[in-house]
Amino acid sequence: MKVVVDQSRCVGAGQCVLVAPEVFDQREDDGIVLLLQDDPAEELHARVKEAAQLCPALAIELDG
Amino acid sequence: MTEARSAAPEFPMARGRCPFDPPPELGRRLREQPVSRVRIWDGSEPWLFTRYDDVRAVLTDPRVSADPDLPGYPSQTPGVKARRARFKAFIGMDDPEHAAQRRLLTGDFMVKKIERMRPRIQQIADELVDGMLAGPKPADLVQALALPLPSLVICELLGVPYADRDFFHRCSKVLVSRDATAEQSLAAAEELLGYLGQLVEKKIGDPADDVFSRLATGQVATGAMTVEEAAAMGQLLLVAGHETTANMIALGTVALLENPDQLAIVREADDALLANAVEELLRYLTIVHSGRRRVALEDMEIGGCPVRKGDGLVAATDIANRDETQFPEPEKLDVTRKARQHVAFGYGVHQCLGQPLARVELQVVYRTLYRRIPSLRLAAPVDELNFKHDMVVYGVHELPVTW
Repeated sequence: MKVVVDQSRCVGAGQCVLVAPEVFDQREDDGIVLLLQDDPAEELHARVKEAAQLCPALAIELDG
Repeated sequence: MTEARSAAPEFPMARGRCPFDPPPELGRRLREQPVSRVRIWDGSEPWLFTRYDDVRAVLTDPRVSADPDLPGYPSQTPGVKARRARFKAFIGMDDPEHAAQRRLLTGDFMVKKIERMRPRIQQIADELVDGMLAGPKPADLVQALALPLPSLVICELLGVPYADRDFFHRCSKVLVSRDATAEQSLAAAEELLGYLGQLVEKKIGDPADDVFSRLATGQVATGAMTVEEAAAMGQLLLVAGHETTANMIALGTVALLENPDQLAIVREADDALLANAVEELLRYLTIVHSGRRRVALEDMEIGGCPVRKGDGLVAATDIANRDETQFPEPEKLDVTRKARQHVAFGYGVHQCLGQPLARVELQVVYRTLYRRIPSLRLAAPVDELNFKHDMVVYGVHELPVTW
């Protein structure tokens, strides 16, 4: 699975951080999404998918 | 009820017997007529979207605007219309203006920073429960806990003196009223904005570690924002920051006291289950119960419905949160169900900025209240409670409890 985040779309709602903190973080100064790993291990896939579905700004794209 | 001038029913609709359920007519529409016209207070007939998928589609479509100044925008109340035409905060802007303003604040509400406030929120909750236990029975849970806790927290975060709470609670009450006239609403807004503007100006010369000080020194002092713009932003944060959580605390408590099996689960829950219970209560109660309002920027199709440019759109998040394609047995309060995909905070770029704060406040309060007062119960029958049918944000006006 490849994870891509679009920081220009992010609205800092923090949903991804709550669901998959191993993969997503927020920038300290403005709360915009930070991708911690773009190829997460299989056991994280379900939660990364959920994060993508929850993201209100549709800023998380998954490939594979 | 006035006589209908067309087949479109009046919106918002009346609730039925269960005070926690959305209006029965909304449920019927979800099942039988998921997209339909409704008639709002100004006589206009926006489209009402009830399905979960359609609500999310409306709220994420770039051809849809949240700008209340555009023709066709279905304002919630005369007051909202009068106010927004004069003082616009980013909730009524589209990108890129919306993003530019929201991003001034996202850092203050990010998950990690709010998490650092948890001990302080716990301390406030404990002190308020101490006060309640030391006081007379029955107590009004709204005044004893539900309103003071989020008010105190948002005051500390923003840098608003808590001593002025009677003043801003009074203004805020008018601003969220469905019945207030345009004049009353505008007057309350002017009063509150004047107060917040003075506060911002004061913070330019005497800044502290709070949101208003950062706006004052970083935006107003540099000329990036006017005092009035900063005050409008502050008003949105102050009102949204306490009205919503306060109602979730009180109404959530009613819902749990009426569902003792669920209350027992919440009382004993570990952190993860408690967090899940908060999501389920947010879904089940969806206190922002007047629909999220938008307007179409061009001709398009949403949810199989042909929408014309300038048509008003109402995304009914309360009934979308009862869509059984997403939430099996949706009318059941089940704090163990998967619920965090709810749209109680809205969806799209305008989804609630303060949601991390609301979550932590509710987690702390529910656990603290039900653990420290295990015998908590209603001091009046539930059907005699004064529910907020007259407010844009649902809840109870008072909540008599005893223990």
